[in-house]
Amino acid sequence: MKIVYFAWVRERIGKAEETLDPPSAVRTVGDLIGWLAERGEEYAYAFAAPRSIRAAIDRTHVKPETAIAGAREIAFFPPMTGG
Amino acid sequence: MPVPLTIRIQQNDFDVAAEIAALTRGRADIGAVVNFIGICRGSDDGRHVTALTLEHYPGMAEAEIGRHADEACQRWPLAGLTIIHRHGRIEPGENIVLVVTASAHREAAFQAAEFLMDFLKANAPFWKREENAQGSAWVEAHHNDDAAAARWTKP
Repeated sequence: MKIVYFAWVRERIGKAEETLDPPSAVRTVGDLIGWLAERGEEYAYAFAAPRSIRAAIDRTHVKPETAIAGAREIAFFPPMTGG
Repeated sequence: MPVPLTIRIQQNDFDVAAEIAALTRGRADIGAVVNFIGICRGSDDGRHVTALTLEHYPGMAEAEIGRHADEACQRWPLAGLTIIHRHGRIEPGENIVLVVTASAHREAAFQAAEFLMDFLKANAPFWKREENAQGSAWVEAHHNDDAAAARWTKP
């Protein structure tokens, strides 16, 4: 699946997007955050405060407990500050 | 008939008068137009702001604003709706966002415009980075933005 990052999540990880194939035990958005956080220091830094991370699956906001099965694109970003 | 709806995410500035004219031209059913224009301030919490740079999630920004526009059209008898949000570098005094609502009467136009701005601030995938004399930093979300959006949710 394609994973995309925005704002300070993107800056901390050092990339805007990547394609990853998480193991089947990673079932929810929250599981995916935990799995990503163990991929290296930059990921641990980006996901250090999971409560400050928002997520979207296929361009719709989702909650940490949402299942990721069937997702084409998952996005992680900080709380929105537009308008 | 579907409500005429325009949603644009663009780097360039917008012309408020032209957008209102485009919405009302040739229409005899519109009795009220409300517009909200969000403008870049030159200071925030006493800090001097040189510029804002807005990052967005292409595709989702349009989709998310579209979902709230559809909800506004269901909740209020709107006759037309235009939402434009800029991205990129914006200096103090420049426009950031435009919401224009048209209806037969003012109540629907006022309420829909406020509803749309509250939801846009809390949910549209845009992030502001603030430039000042010390450098630049991401703007932190205000908790009262979520509270402003939540007040429109019926119990």
